[in-house]
Amino acid sequence: MNLATELHQRQPDARLDQIIKLAVMAVGGQGGGVLTGWIESLARAQGYAVQATSVAGVAQRTGATIYYIEMAPRHPGAADPVFSLAPASGDVDILIAAEMMEAGRAIIRGFVTPDRTTLIASTHRALAVSEKMTPGDGIADADEVRAAAEIAAHRLIMADMEAAAAGAGSVISASLFGALAGSGALPFDRSAFEDAIRASGKGVEASLRAFAAGIDAAQGGDVVAPAVESVTVPAEITGPAKARHAWAALLARVEAMPAPVAEMALPGLRKVVDFQDVAYGAAYLDRLDIILAQDTDEHAFELTREAAKYIANAMAYDDIIRVADLKTRARRSGRIRDEMGAGAAHLIQVTEFLHPRAEEIVSLLPARLGARIEGSPTWMARIDRLFNKGRRLRSDSLRGFTMLYLVGGLRGWRLRTLRHRQEMAHLQRWLDTAMAHLPDHYGMAVEIIRCRRLIKGYSDTHARGCAKFDRVLTGAALVAHRADGPDWVARLREAGLQDEDGKALDGALQTVRSFA
Amino acid sequence: MAERSFKAEVAHLRKGSGDTFTGEGILAITKALLENGVGYVGGYQGAPISHLMDVLADAEELLTELDVRYEANASEAAAAAMLAASVHYPIRGAVTFKGSVGVNVASDALANLASSGVTGGALVIVGEDYGEGSSIMQERTHAFAMKSQFWLLDPRPNLPAIVKAVGDGFELSEASNTPVMLMVRIRSCHVTGTFDCRDNLRPALSVRDALSNPQKDFSRVVLPPMSYIHEQDKVTKRWPAAEKFITEHGLNERFGPEQSGIGIVCQGGMYNGVIRALQRLGLADLYGQTQVPIYCLNVTYPLLRDEFLGFTQGKDSVLVIEEGQPEFIEQQLGAMLYRAGSSVQLHGKDMLPMAGEYTGQVMLDGVTAFLRRHAPDMLPGAVLAPNAPVPEIPDLSTTVPVRPPGFCTGCPERPIFAAIKLVQQELGQHQISGDIGCHLFAALPPFEIGGQTMGYGLGPASNAAFDGGGERRAISILGDGGFWHNGLSSSIGNMVFNRSDSVAIIVDNYYSAATGGQDVMSSRAENPTKATNNPIAKALKGVGVEWIRQIDRTYDVPKMRAVIHEALTTDYAGPKVIVASSECMLNRQRREKPQRKQAIAEGRRIEAPRFGVDEDICTGDHACIRLSGCPSLSLKRLDDPLRDDPVASIDQTCVGCGNCGEVADAAILCPSFYRADVVHNPGRIERWWAERQARVIDWLQSRRAARRLDVTGAAR
Repeated sequence: MNLATELHQRQPDARLDQIIKLAVMAVGGQGGGVLTGWIESLARAQGYAVQATSVAGVAQRTGATIYYIEMAPRHPGAADPVFSLAPASGDVDILIAAEMMEAGRAIIRGFVTPDRTTLIASTHRALAVSEKMTPGDGIADADEVRAAAEIAAHRLIMADMEAAAAGAGSVISASLFGALAGSGALPFDRSAFEDAIRASGKGVEASLRAFAAGIDAAQGGDVVAPAVESVTVPAEITGPAKARHAWAALLARVEAMPAPVAEMALPGLRKVVDFQDVAYGAAYLDRLDIILAQDTDEHAFELTREAAKYIANAMAYDDIIRVADLKTRARRSGRIRDEMGAGAAHLIQVTEFLHPRAEEIVSLLPARLGARIEGSPTWMARIDRLFNKGRRLRSDSLRGFTMLYLVGGLRGWRLRTLRHRQEMAHLQRWLDTAMAHLPDHYGMAVEIIRCRRLIKGYSDTHARGCAKFDRVLTGAALVAHRADGPDWVARLREAGLQDEDGKALDGALQTVRSFA
Repeated sequence: MAERSFKAEVAHLRKGSGDTFTGEGILAITKALLENGVGYVGGYQGAPISHLMDVLADAEELLTELDVRYEANASEAAAAAMLAASVHYPIRGAVTFKGSVGVNVASDALANLASSGVTGGALVIVGEDYGEGSSIMQERTHAFAMKSQFWLLDPRPNLPAIVKAVGDGFELSEASNTPVMLMVRIRSCHVTGTFDCRDNLRPALSVRDALSNPQKDFSRVVLPPMSYIHEQDKVTKRWPAAEKFITEHGLNERFGPEQSGIGIVCQGGMYNGVIRALQRLGLADLYGQTQVPIYCLNVTYPLLRDEFLGFTQGKDSVLVIEEGQPEFIEQQLGAMLYRAGSSVQLHGKDMLPMAGEYTGQVMLDGVTAFLRRHAPDMLPGAVLAPNAPVPEIPDLSTTVPVRPPGFCTGCPERPIFAAIKLVQQELGQHQISGDIGCHLFAALPPFEIGGQTMGYGLGPASNAAFDGGGERRAISILGDGGFWHNGLSSSIGNMVFNRSDSVAIIVDNYYSAATGGQDVMSSRAENPTKATNNPIAKALKGVGVEWIRQIDRTYDVPKMRAVIHEALTTDYAGPKVIVASSECMLNRQRREKPQRKQAIAEGRRIEAPRFGVDEDICTGDHACIRLSGCPSLSLKRLDDPLRDDPVASIDQTCVGCGNCGEVADAAILCPSFYRADVVHNPGRIERWWAERQARVIDWLQSRRAARRLDVTGAAR
């Protein structure tokens, strides 16, 4: 004890402050190793003692991964400094996050602290599997990470470094290296950074371009957006004069609606007219008018606004005719060429993956005949044998295109089909269920309208969506009398969107049943 | 060999006296082996020592010049068995594998080797995969050294120290006739730095020369009564010899002041972390000059009683910093103090956590706790009475999604698991056993296939209890790497012999892919020094499997599903084995990308496939993702107020493997997927015909456009 007392008067080594501690948090495959290599050779070339480590292992395959570098000026004649092999919370000077959620992970782990850390983060998202597989919207909230970063970081540099790199025809490691240079967090000149890229000798020109874009982004310059979509969009309404007149009349009807409704009714109208024709658009507005007549601005027309959205989606249901129609439009070919980066010198071959079942074929038949066949297992099996097969169609070839074109041309026939009758009956039942809650329980009506979101997809997925929709509505009936009924319906709906099999929905329904 | 070249690394191995090596720890070890006159090297790949194997495989020419034999062993057991060459012959040998799983596999050979003892230096380089980023169960190799009487080196994690440990290890091994394990932790393997090279040294006796003069000595054979003598020899001769060598050569190090009431004992691998904690407390300088005495164990087994008791002389208390559990070192040191009647207080796992990696924070907390108790005066005021308010940072732990490793873009294993998922949707859930390898990622979402893994090549064996069959047959997964490592005998042979009524699926991606793409016996590439192209199906037939289905394109999901369905429902009662073969996409792209680029530049016709999604046809249900999980298949939010949920979207990293389309077809998902093949350098006739077709299509499109009202354009 007394010996310790003797020692304690010594001052901490001031040279310790010269150590720069830098961590890179990346998603496997982003080139974190390349970036680390550049930083290391940069520091070494500048006369620094430097040490880098990583945990490569299986994390290289799309998992979250960390690289760590420490450096300090080399003093002549001095031994090698002792560096740490891993970042410690509260002890990181520069944190480079190659993706938004990785910035969040760095904050959670305490690698970003207000007293010292410069956080350089790319705002783009590489979605995790858990975010992508949710049937609803499972994408994590990047704003929460941004808000936390603003508090946690001593200095914050945020920009879409992925876009900056893509715009320069390179990868994110180069633009992040640029952002590091632009941040001024390392005491080295820009040319020293560029020399490090040159010394690596691979894809130097593209890397230097992305590096420059990264510097600009870090210094508040604009990020060069990736190749601008050159899709040619008609600036105005085109088509036969008669239809255009009819359209103008429909537009006038929309404009006469209260602003919150019109805002949603306009895209809704566009969608249904595009799906069928102007007469169908008129039918859409008729439906909306009925609801609007029972709505008031006490709720800012929330019910009609939601109805404008979901009735449009319900009326523009996904049948084979719509699929074939959308796949044969001129605009699509242009879009695919652009997306694939095909120039004039290239040909492009497009293969469609279609798999119609008996249900889809029969749904195109006249309503009464279709219903009869659908009721007969023998006939359904027969048709299934004929049609149920994966079909690969080359839509760039005349034969494949014509087949799709002919199906797409069945629009005039659509309103007579079994599918149309089924869809309209379902639509009406749903609207009736919702409207039955007026005028006493406005909130319930709104929430039931919103449940339409559960219905999506094709074939089995569609059937599963419809089943979930029915179950949520069953649950809704149980809580209809309660003041907090709408909250429960919203909860049931969210539960239905959480997983494929509806396990969360089962749980939520059980809860509802326990008190209803 | 993998579609990568390690030529630059091999150049490092040629450096000599006066040169400076700059690079990773694992490569420094490789160089150190050559500098120490190693006669033969071998091993089995796995993180973090794969790199050593890869570089040696590419260094064939240099090794031949030096008369060094290199063997890519079939397993860790085979690698350990190879060290038998050092039993009778004065030849230095080194093998490497991953700890502790590799050590487990090698245990039979290692135990025999330890019993026999060695004449030439025998070094086992173990890449200890412990802590963050590790892919295996968290255990210590340390126990193995104790039970078999191996010496265990755990050098400080910097290149000069690691390189020195290689030489020390050989000498220690020879001085004590005992094999030595050099343990390098995962971060030490990948740590970068420099060291001064020495010239490479040819082995005094090469293995080739040794063959001309065979040696034998039955006293080395592990048979009674020799085995009893071996045990006595271990404790009466080899152990004291090792202690003497370690003491005389100062393998363990002491840092800091001679006089102090306190001290720290740490494993060599922990040294930098300890110094960092002391630096943060103002008790060590930039170069590691510490005010707290440190006894650094570069040899963690055996422990030297006299050296340790000497260190504790005049001290009141000592802190042992030992990562992992149980606390083998602390227990031994405690026993030494007790037997010596010492009053020194021993701390360790009472101030540091028993389990888990000793990260910077853990180390700081542990050292602080120790000093607070025994030398509070040494602590800076801020530690004793922190008064700076800690800013409140919002909790993101529920926001940020977990991101475990998964299948790569275009991985040929993904469609196999999509097919299994589809079959299970039809036939119900099955008992499924996984194995080691990339395919184990199937256990994670979105597939969630397989409930356990018992060891490399043991997938089918771990379903043995279910081999009698039942209502639904058990399924097991095995990789090609696992098949050749151990699976052929332990799993497939076991199934045949026991007339197993279950299904094994062998995932054959042409490489030992998870460890970096090394060749295995069934690899399809020609390898100048290894015999490849030995089909798995042939081996299956050879051991008596009668029901074999070979699939040569795993991306054919409907076929894959049909075959799995057949295996699960057929009347055949014996073992059913499906070999699902498609090349690892990572390696395939490494090979094909440059070829494709060159072909396009040379004006040859090339089709470059990529997938796309029609966003107005996609309904945003994400069913496709639940059957794929491909990194290039992601989501995007549309600028459309009518759409609530993001739609599927395929980015530019798509390699056009075809899984999306196949799955959409097999599961009857939706028609929004399309494949676009961009044809580079099309032929003249082809172009003429395509233009003719396009003209007709254009005409049809404008015909329809003229007749319909287009209102969508104005929406943008």
